[in-house]
Amino acid sequence: MERNMTRIALFAALIAALGLIPSLTLGFGVPISAQSMGVMLAGAILGARRGALAVLLLMALVALGLPLLAGGRGGLGAFVAPTSGFFIGWPVAAFVTGLIVERWRGAPLAVTAAAASVIGGIVVLYAFGIVGMSIALGKTLAECAVLVTAFIPGDLIKAVLTGLITQALARSRPDSLLSRY
Amino acid sequence: MISLTSPIETWAHRLPAGTKLLILSALTVALFLAERPWMLGVGLLTIAALYLSAGAVFLRQGLRHLRMLWPFLLLIAVWHGLTGQVQAGLIIALRLLAALALANFVTMTTRLTDMIAVLTWLLAPLRRIGLSTRAVTLAIAMVLRFTPMLVENGNRLSMAWRARSHRRPNWRIVMPMAALALDDADHVAEALRARGGILPDTGSGRD
Repeated sequence: MERNMTRIALFAALIAALGLIPSLTLGFGVPISAQSMGVMLAGAILGARRGALAVLLLMALVALGLPLLAGGRGGLGAFVAPTSGFFIGWPVAAFVTGLIVERWRGAPLAVTAAAASVIGGIVVLYAFGIVGMSIALGKTLAECAVLVTAFIPGDLIKAVLTGLITQALARSRPDSLLSRY
Repeated sequence: MISLTSPIETWAHRLPAGTKLLILSALTVALFLAERPWMLGVGLLTIAALYLSAGAVFLRQGLRHLRMLWPFLLLIAVWHGLTGQVQAGLIIALRLLAALALANFVTMTTRLTDMIAVLTWLLAPLRRIGLSTRAVTLAIAMVLRFTPMLVENGNRLSMAWRARSHRRPNWRIVMPMAALALDDADHVAEALRARGGILPDTGSGRD
């Protein structure tokens, strides 16, 4: 009970920290926030249920008025901005990512975690993001889907990195990979 | 960790947090139902008056929080300028500004402790299905305490990276950051258990 709770809390803090470290760019010249990678990692490492709970905990703190989103944003405004669909989809993205890592054991962990992040952190998350954007900007779903394609390459990189980081973590802390227990 | 609550005391700080959240929800729905530009214009002017009633410095703080909207406003301006549907564009732009400004106003005028009280009240019914609201408030306190610490860990790892490499620190420091966070989680869990655990009063050994 205590261990589950502290891991969920520390992972929520980790996702926040990944968005707040200004010097942390993902390389490749473009400063990409590492925060959405934190959501993928939460699912891949903590598993579906705990990963989603870590993300929900972070969202609750943002709603309470804390500037924990990338760039120091936060507050209730995070739920009504044009990009809020992505934010609201976070727990589902972490859940789906975690569920795939839990169930699919046939392939090397790095491959599984990267593929799970693509499905959870891109396919599922973008579905939420596109619906949210379509509501806020009054455009059709297809038009919004075109608008967000610019972010797919960055998120594909994050999914691959999630795979590599998950595998490295499984090697250095074998019993910390709750998604596989 | 500093919350986004404005340090400038306003009349709105004294209203009950639950009431403000209820009004915010109702007005946000109304903003999305309004279909005439003048309705939204009046709404936005009223919100501007709310900010102004709290003073010029407060208004400037509020405007700073709206800056994230400019790429979207630009997009709407170009899109609707090209298609000629100016009225539809105006409605969307006014609605975006009004909805965000209103939500930010509630965040800026409500203290963290008042927000936590509302959250605990909202979660109370979940106690029946076995959720411990104590665990939730403890988890919130832990995130508040550990986020600056993990940022500090990250900065230290970046410095160590720079000392060894001429290249910028990159994603490779995320793995040690995550490993350190999981280690900390285990230490805190042990410390909590040594002090009687999260639910000392119920004594149930649920895991």
